[in-house]
Amino acid sequence: MTEILVPYSVIAVYSAMAIYTLAFVMFAVDLARRSAAAGEVTHAQRSPKSLRLAMAFTVLAWALHVLAVVARGVEAQRVPWANMFEFTLTATALIVGVFLVVQFWQDLRFLGAFITGFSLLSLGVATSSFYVAVVPLPPALQSVWLIIHVFVASLSTGFFALAAGLSIVQLLQARREAGKALKLRLLDTLPPAERLETLAYRLTVVGFVMWTFTLIAGAIWAYSAWGRYWGWDTKEVWTFIIWTIFAGYIHARATRGWRGSRSAWLAIVGFAAIVFNFTIVNLFFKGLHAYSGL
Amino acid sequence: MDAPAPQSTISQPKLGFVGYARFFWRQLTSMRTALFLLLLLAVAAIPGSLVPQVSSDPNGVIAYRRNYPDTAAVLDFFQVFTTYTSVWFSSIYLLLFISLIGCVLPRTKHHFDALRASPPTTPARLSRLQGFTTRTTEADAATTIESARRLLRSQRYRTELYGDSVSAERGYLRETGNLVFHAALVGVLVAVGIGGGFGYTGQRVVVEGYAFSNSLASYDSFNPGRFFADSALEPYSIALDSFVPVYEQQNRDAIGQAIDFTANVTTTLRGEASTSGQIKVNEPLAVGDTNVYLLGNGYAPILTVRDANEKIVWSQPTACLPFDSNLGSTCVIKIPDGLDEQVGMLGFLYPTRGELSSGALASVYPDLISPVLTLEVYEGDLGLDNGQGTNAYALNTDSLDQIAGRTADAETLRLTPGDRLDLPNDLGSVELTSIPRFVSLDVHHDPSELPVLLFSILVVAGLVTSLFIPRRRMWVAATTDDSGTTTIQYAALARGDDPNLEAAVTEFADKHSQKLTVRVSS
Repeated sequence: MTEILVPYSVIAVYSAMAIYTLAFVMFAVDLARRSAAAGEVTHAQRSPKSLRLAMAFTVLAWALHVLAVVARGVEAQRVPWANMFEFTLTATALIVGVFLVVQFWQDLRFLGAFITGFSLLSLGVATSSFYVAVVPLPPALQSVWLIIHVFVASLSTGFFALAAGLSIVQLLQARREAGKALKLRLLDTLPPAERLETLAYRLTVVGFVMWTFTLIAGAIWAYSAWGRYWGWDTKEVWTFIIWTIFAGYIHARATRGWRGSRSAWLAIVGFAAIVFNFTIVNLFFKGLHAYSGL
Repeated sequence: MDAPAPQSTISQPKLGFVGYARFFWRQLTSMRTALFLLLLLAVAAIPGSLVPQVSSDPNGVIAYRRNYPDTAAVLDFFQVFTTYTSVWFSSIYLLLFISLIGCVLPRTKHHFDALRASPPTTPARLSRLQGFTTRTTEADAATTIESARRLLRSQRYRTELYGDSVSAERGYLRETGNLVFHAALVGVLVAVGIGGGFGYTGQRVVVEGYAFSNSLASYDSFNPGRFFADSALEPYSIALDSFVPVYEQQNRDAIGQAIDFTANVTTTLRGEASTSGQIKVNEPLAVGDTNVYLLGNGYAPILTVRDANEKIVWSQPTACLPFDSNLGSTCVIKIPDGLDEQVGMLGFLYPTRGELSSGALASVYPDLISPVLTLEVYEGDLGLDNGQGTNAYALNTDSLDQIAGRTADAETLRLTPGDRLDLPNDLGSVELTSIPRFVSLDVHHDPSELPVLLFSILVVAGLVTSLFIPRRRMWVAATTDDSGTTTIQYAALARGDDPNLEAAVTEFADKHSQKLTVRVSS
């Protein structure tokens, strides 16, 4: 195995991080601008310069990010998601990818600071603490389900991340609409709480279907690798907990007294559980999913 | 003047047993309770991930009990080591499922009725509904409505005429999907609960050149389901012909990492010819109604022990437990009979011999490149004769004396394959005859697998239909004024989340008026 592409992959990651930083700064500038401009009537048809610049940086950084993922995969001659470093690299690329694609459906650019900030932090931790050299797959991971199960799981986190961001803004907006003193003028430029809730719900529903699939695909894989489809392994437990939280979220929308802020909290707790499952459970909990490579 | 006495207490209807039962049933099947139970289930699942579980990590539980006996007693009381079968966890999910059934059954009946009923009467004021829009046409009202009905039907709406209006509904599949989803969840639970009870799992270590049969006595450990009977064991045997591991040799960052394990086996079902097959980590072998999994491997050196008169008293493989990724392993050999004393040996096997900076031996590669086996020899009482079961993989040295090793006069024995060394005290000799490999196999029989898979597919199918198929009602009403111009009103009502409703009405209105125009002008 000639390790030609690995250095390029690493350079691409660091370049992507540098440009994500610029994007994050421009998104922050845009949020500041929103605060300042909130009182005035906006005439501009085109989006403000800072926002366009932020999006351009994000697209550029994402292209480099994807390049890093692909180079890693080509070098390893397998899917680039078989250890903690690679999970993080690929999952963040998917999260930013979902963020970019979703813009064609709804203008959610106000979540840019949240998404680029989150991805930047994750990539920072991944490159500094999770990095491992390219190694071949152990026999337990040599399965077509590695491709399907892990990819769909990572993709769903993209949807849950956006939904969590929307739910946070929704909570702020709800407080503000309830007349509680909240002097964030930028909220004036954002959709009302109910609209945010609807958007968060639609993204969560997509994520939830994928998560359900992840759970079942994981069970099928476990059946051929470990001889049982469900064994309450720590990772299985947390996948189940997350599924239950989001199932609760979906039901909460149909329950009197739970619409609005309460269900928003569930979406945020659900995403926090995903991050917990990905980091703490992977690194510190004993279980069969011991593939962090660390 | 007498005012009527103010009623001081609110009079409540007296609830009898049936009344209370109804009350609790209502509470249990309410959405609020279901949501509460669902979230409670999520919280209740957490402790089982923090504390080792008997089912997934039995050794962890043993270690925990040893290290924290006081905490373990408390945890035992709350059944935390068996969280997922504990009374409290089971109560939560059983209540949740009862609540679910109580919710789904009436809804099923309601949906069944709705499937046979016609769409409801057109509301008087369509302008109050969503997506309300109007168009005008020169066609008369009856023609307009008839064409609207045809168009609605082509879009798979169910329609009903009410005067000069048509009422339509579509997306019944949304509720069907919802009900299928919930019913399938119940199906999974029942299939696991009942089907799993008839299953069994057994573990067995098999050395190259040896075989084992699928019978209770031949398993090293065996876990029957609740309804298991011995007759469920299908008679067959599996012989391990060879075990072939492949280790990485090129990638400097992964030298010695396993990249493939293949167990070549010969299986024989009773009354049938033998067939050869392969077992790999992600590819279990189906034998009869069981699946056989490859879960572990290691070395099982064959030692030949002779007494002082050259008589062979022991010659068999001993499976050694690996303790590192280069398959450095510990071997425990117990020879109760044949020699003057009972002899126990504690061995360390290094498949590829290397030396640490401290001078101690270590294995540097998992394959058999330059194997060496060290043996510390003990004599005395092995403790096998008191009738109590002992761990075959551990040597209790309490009533044994070391006769070769660090604390004995004689040095630790070091053997490479083919070597033969004398045992101290004229006990005899020991020879390292060969080092075959062993595999640990897991045999599973689980009749619930197929039903669980089918129900899981229904879960996903139901979920997707219930979340993404919009259920909506649409109405088209027409009124013709004196000048002969017909005004058409369109409106709709969402039943559940329906993001594209208004667009759908506009689109329908455009399409419909276009059709009318075409017809009128032609």
